[in-house]
This record gives sequence, structure tokens and C-alpha cells, in this order.
Amino acid sequence: MTSGVLKAVIRYLPIVILAIAWEVIARLNLVDSLALPPLSKVAAAWVELMRDGELVDNGASSLYRGAMGLLLAVAVGGGLGMAMARWRILDMFINPLVELFYPLPKSALIPVTVLWLGFGDGSKILLIFLGCMIPVTIGAYNGARGSDHALVWSARSMGAGSLRMIWDVVVPSALPELLNGVRTALALAFILLVSSELIVSQKGFGYLIGYLGSTGSYEGMYAVVLTVAFLGFGADRLYQLLIQRLLRWRE
Amino acid sequence: MDGQGQIVIEGVNHTYRPPRGRAVLALSNISLEIRPREFLALLGPSGCGKSTLLYLVGGFLPIERGRILVEGKPVAKPGPDRGIVFQHFALFPWKSVRANILYGLERQGLPRPEREKRAQAFIDMVGLRGFEDSYPSQLSGGMKQRAAIARTLAIDPSILLMDEPFGALDAQTRSLMQTELLKIWQRSPKTVIFVTHDVQEAVYLAERVAVMSARPGRVKAIVETKFPNRDPSILRTKEFAEKVDELWNMVRDEAIKAQEITGS
Repeated sequence: MTSGVLKAVIRYLPIVILAIAWEVIARLNLVDSLALPPLSKVAAAWVELMRDGELVDNGASSLYRGAMGLLLAVAVGGGLGMAMARWRILDMFINPLVELFYPLPKSALIPVTVLWLGFGDGSKILLIFLGCMIPVTIGAYNGARGSDHALVWSARSMGAGSLRMIWDVVVPSALPELLNGVRTALALAFILLVSSELIVSQKGFGYLIGYLGSTGSYEGMYAVVLTVAFLGFGADRLYQLLIQRLLRWRE
Repeated sequence: MDGQGQIVIEGVNHTYRPPRGRAVLALSNISLEIRPREFLALLGPSGCGKSTLLYLVGGFLPIERGRILVEGKPVAKPGPDRGIVFQHFALFPWKSVRANILYGLERQGLPRPEREKRAQAFIDMVGLRGFEDSYPSQLSGGMKQRAAIARTLAIDPSILLMDEPFGALDAQTRSLMQTELLKIWQRSPKTVIFVTHDVQEAVYLAERVAVMSARPGRVKAIVETKFPNRDPSILRTKEFAEKVDELWNMVRDEAIKAQEITGS
């Protein structure tokens, strides 16, 4: 236990060092204090933003958009990927679309989604959904294609019908790759969320960063940026724990 | 509830069609009859289609020409009357040993208390008590194959299809498993089709050995390999050695031909 704590401390030591360096550099005025306010002032601004509810309100709206987009992407992309692995026709039809859409920078779609769904939640959710669907679909597709013939046949010979077999064999076989795809999607969701809110929005983390930046409240701006960074980090750690639990059958 | 299985294979062909490249005739005009509770080995060089024939009996591949009857009915799809054991165990890696064995019993719709009792009985039979909650990745090769055999036997198929089941095991484990399989089979005889390329294994385990030729796979000869008893001591008798020699000569010719065909 103690060695675990020690390991965690050593692991995140670089972050602590960076924080101290930040404070020292800013306090000694080594850079323009407008461009880099001391970390302690950023922390004070964070407390202020929390107290007046700005951060919570905008954060709630961002998290809602992110969660909805990601959940939709996992549900639709997961199903689509597995279906493509199973039915050749679907594979032939969808695969070129995935290939075309894959290299496209999804942020290029921000104006398009706004054109379709306006400035509110809908356009952000659609953008995150579209962007996150790609890695999830590819993960599910590769995972399901890799499912072992012998496992499929074993299930069939023990009396599983074809739908039953898909649920009992194809889905769990696809799970490791699918979960990896979802991890990529999780990171992508944060990127798309903040960039779309930064450009066109009246709410959310991205909006708040842009607003505080343009009104010269740089301490507050840094506070929101750091909040998003820590939320992203926390979400990824939580997700890793979930994967470990779901895949504990692996060596 | 012991097996009454009888398998009739009549003029079966099978063409292997790879996604790329040209089609290959894998099995040509195979006819074979397996008596109830008989232990038959399919012996041949690798690539002779012996596993394919087993999969056809299992109903995993479509039959293109000829027909296969099991208890008088044509095979159309897999079923719990034909249990299968694969070389690489094919245990569900995400399920514990117990959950693997319970799976078939659940699909058969057995009531829960009976399922649990039956699963435990088969776990005990193959000597995996204490490993019920282990995942396959935590077991040795021999233990994995024991679990796979228990899973298949638990649903009480009248026919047991075994696809080189001991091929992935080390020599010591393999010989222990062979003896154990014979014990299980003697206790509750089932019709067994056992695919192997190991001549000694075929002679030791089977009552009859169907020797298959290289591509296209044909049944080249059927040899009786019944001995008065089947304990490991027969492995050292002269009769046993002669039988192995006889079959070895047949297989060797085919193995050489198979190599020439593959060009290796």
C-alpha cells in the first residue's frame, strides 16, 4: 500500500515540478505576467469561478454534450462495426465511407453541424457523435472480425442460435478492440467539444475559455483550461480502471 | 442415456475456396460408416482434409456433394448430439472454468440446481476441482483441454468429434490425456471420431483407423486396430509395434506426396 502511494507520487512528480516552476517563473517576472499569471492566482481565479457558479454551469453543459455524443457514438459505432464484420454487403457499402471520413479533420465539420442544428447542444452532440463514431466502429469491426471460428462453432454445437451466438461470442471477442476504440473516442470527444464551443457557442468550457481570454481575465482562462485538462485526465484514468475490470480474464 | 449414434458418410466432396487464389478439391468422394460407440481415428498427413471431414459431420460447413447421415437424419447444422473438442481448446477466454462448463447446460435449458451439480461432477471427473473460478489464461495446456473435454461431455453428446485434441500438448501430458480419454470412453462409451496425424496415438486409442490420402483427401484404407485390452502396457507389445509400422508405411507415402504438392 505505502509502496503504491510512493509509486504514484514518483509517477506524478514531473507535474508537481512543472507547477512549482510555473509559479517561480511567473513570480520572478521571467515572462510577461499577463501571458503567464502565477499558478496561485490561477487557483484563486478557479475558486472564484466555482463560487459564482460559472464553471459549474458551463461545465455541466459541456459534460452533457460530451457524454451524449460519446454514448451515441459507442452505441451506433459498436453495433455498426460488429454488423459490418458479420455481413459482407454492409461491409462493402460502409467501409469506403469510413475510409473517406477517417482522415478528415472533424473540426472542419463544425460550421456544417451548426448549419444543420444551430448554435445549441444539438450541433455539438452531432459533431462529437460523428467524430467519435469512427474509432469505435473500426475497433468493433476489427474485434468482431478477429473472433475465433472455433469459439463460434463451439457455441453453435452447444445449442446457441445465431443471435445468441453473436451476443455470447462475437461481442465479447470484439470487446478488447472495441474498448480501445472507445478510449480514442473519449480523448477525441474532449477535443471536439472544446474546439466547437470555442468557435460557436454561448455555453460550455470552450465558450468560457474564449470569453475569459477575450475580456482579459487570463487567470480565469488558465483556470478553465486546467479544469478541462484534469477532467480529461480523470476520465481517462477512470476508463482505464473500467477496462481492467471488464477484461480481467486476460493474462 | 448412452450414445446410440451412427454416422454414415456417402460420396462426400468438399472444395476449399480461399478468398484469393484458386479453389482446391479438399475431399473427394469420401464414404465411411461409423458404428455406434465405436472409436474411429481419421489419420493422415496435414492438409489431407481430415479436419474438414470432421467439421462436415459437425455441421459447421455446408455439404456440397454426397450426404452425411447421423442416426438416419441428414446433417444440416451443428447440434448438441455432436460434441466437439478442438486442438486449441476453444474455451471462452472471458468465462471461468465453471462458467465454460455451465454454458452448454444453460443452452440446453437444464434447471439451475441440476446445472450446478452436473458442472461440478464433470469438473471433478477431469480433476479440475479447485480451479473452478480460474480463467483459461491461468491454466496449463493440459488443464485447458481437460476443461474443454468436460464442457463437451457435460451436455452428454452421443457423438464426440475430436480435432487433434492433444496436438498442442507436450509429450508427457499428451500420453496422460490419452489414457484418461480411454478411461472416460470405457466408462461411458460414445461414438468417437478422433482426428490425428500421430500414428501411435491412432493405433492406441482407436478401434479402427481410416487412413486418408493427400490432396484431394480420400479414404485410402481402413485398418482394424482392436487389441484385447487398452492399458498403456500394450504400447510395448510386438503386435502394437507391427500395427504402428503397417500404418506408418501407408501414411509416409501420403506425407511425401503431400509435401510434393505443397512444393515444400
